[in-house]
Amino acid sequence: MEKVTRIVVMAKQVPDTRNVGKDAMTPEGTVNRAALAAIFNPEDLNALEMALQMKDRIGNATVQVLTMGPQRAADVIREAMFRGADGGYLLSGKEFAGSDTLATSYALSCALRKINPDIIVAGRQAIDGDTAQVGPQVAEKLGLPQVTYAEEMVDIKEGEVIIKRRLERGSETVVAPLPAVITVNSSAKECRPRNAKRVMKFKYALATSEMAAENDKAKAFIEERPYLHIVEFAAADVNPDPEQLGLAGSPTKVKKIENVVFQAKEAKSLTADDKDIESLMQELIASHTLG
Amino acid sequence: MNNVFVYIEIEDREIADVSLELLTKGRELANTLGVKLEAVVIGNNVKDLAPELAKYGADTVWVAEDEMFSPFRTLPHTSVMVGLIKQEQPQIALFGATPVGRDFAPRVSSALHSGLTADCTELVIGEHKDAKSGKEYDSLLYQIRPAFGGNIIATIVNPECRPQMATVREGVMRKEELAVPAAGEVREIKWKEMVSDTDLAVRIVERHIEERKINIKGASIIVAGGYGVGSKEGFKLVHELAEVLGGEVGASRAAVDAGFTEHERQIGQTGITVRPKLYIACGISGQIQHTAGMDGSAMIVSINTDPAAPINKIADYAITGSVEEVIPKMIKYYKQNSK
Repeated sequence: MEKVTRIVVMAKQVPDTRNVGKDAMTPEGTVNRAALAAIFNPEDLNALEMALQMKDRIGNATVQVLTMGPQRAADVIREAMFRGADGGYLLSGKEFAGSDTLATSYALSCALRKINPDIIVAGRQAIDGDTAQVGPQVAEKLGLPQVTYAEEMVDIKEGEVIIKRRLERGSETVVAPLPAVITVNSSAKECRPRNAKRVMKFKYALATSEMAAENDKAKAFIEERPYLHIVEFAAADVNPDPEQLGLAGSPTKVKKIENVVFQAKEAKSLTADDKDIESLMQELIASHTLG
Repeated sequence: MNNVFVYIEIEDREIADVSLELLTKGRELANTLGVKLEAVVIGNNVKDLAPELAKYGADTVWVAEDEMFSPFRTLPHTSVMVGLIKQEQPQIALFGATPVGRDFAPRVSSALHSGLTADCTELVIGEHKDAKSGKEYDSLLYQIRPAFGGNIIATIVNPECRPQMATVREGVMRKEELAVPAAGEVREIKWKEMVSDTDLAVRIVERHIEERKINIKGASIIVAGGYGVGSKEGFKLVHELAEVLGGEVGASRAAVDAGFTEHERQIGQTGITVRPKLYIACGISGQIQHTAGMDGSAMIVSINTDPAAPINKIADYAITGSVEEVIPKMIKYYKQNSK
């Protein structure tokens, strides 16, 4: 029988920066993470969909999700399982704290060396940083070609994938040899929704450290069902060079953080009354701002 | 050695605006540091672009010319850039935050183990003292960018690794020709020693370049809609006003994410930066990520139901009211008064 094609989706749990409320900042001017919902990074969902399409096309394939983060980031893996992923890996440990994009991509590349997949798919960028750096940096660290801004998986066959990708103005179609890293744009197909049967099947899936907190009965339940076990890697499990992890492995340092304070200038306050709007339009015309 | 590098992006034999903007900023940084400004052009038949780059301040124009470099592909451009940086040891390297720059600059930074800051809105030279080691630095590149949904402005430095790399979006910096062009001395990159066969692994089989349909950057009047416009239908009003006033339609990221309008219209840190004569913000709350892309507008009018919306702090006129109520009145009274 032909070899199973192993697809890994890199996904990130992010604070929902698109819905920042008034309590998002503490009085001291730091980010109040507790006030922000943790969500599946939107473009990583597009990436999951593209990975599932690859699996559908190939047939004999698996889709696993790799995420780096605290224990609660296992939610992202469970969510992906509800939508069609076969399982996942949680990379977690205090050694990774304070990582910039380069240290993050180093840690992920160590985990990927261990997993050794045939295809790596990720969202183009995460909404908490918008850098779009981790995908290409992982590709470089693994010595793999990359296709960024992917919009459509045209075909995947023996040893290569054909991808339509977005350009600044327009699009192009490229053929990339496998293994390769593909980063997916928000303009790609939306992710399929949760499947009710899959939710029933995978809702008890737990990562190793989550399992430790459960009682013996629950542990036995999961041990009898290997598909419910989310693999958890600690730093030591992926054989990293400690110098390249976390804060120490991050060339960029945050020098200063300023809370945003708008420089108030004297805005003329107007109502929506006809009188106010008419005089505004007259002023704009008179000053040649309009017309 | 230790100069300032700017990667020059070419599409259809034309230099991208963002590259000229980066040269102008790079010239200023190089002057502050007392070093040279060097442009790096990787493409096919690009040598004749050197005089144009000199006008914007390039002392040196590094050139790698071959068919394999055009159109852009990640791996050949990465190998040449990494090879040249290793050879020349610049202290700063700047890239446009375009799909090209955002595709390969991270790869270059990963290969060199040097930090890269994305989408900077300001670049300044300054001193730095490391809080832990106490080590002092005279002239680091401050890479300044909004972060975390625009709620904070972060200043990033890269104390130890070189080059200090940053990307900047088109339109964020100004481009300016020098009164007297710089030398623009052309130097050949020994790219054959840098590129290998495996760099050609990804093949382009088809390519379509579209005409720019929406020209927000050049518009002198912009009517922009935000999440507060409420719906795709609500955006029709925004379009109507823009049409009557002879302007273009812009949008905030929230409006684009909600599917009210096209991505090409997004104004802000992760969209386009504009400086029109008149900016009418309709139902836009005014997060810093948005205002970073429009606060250079000569006049700002905001329409918002919330009189305390942050946008009003930078507005010249703040109308408290709903978009549905105010826009039709603006259209009516513009028509009545302009004749």
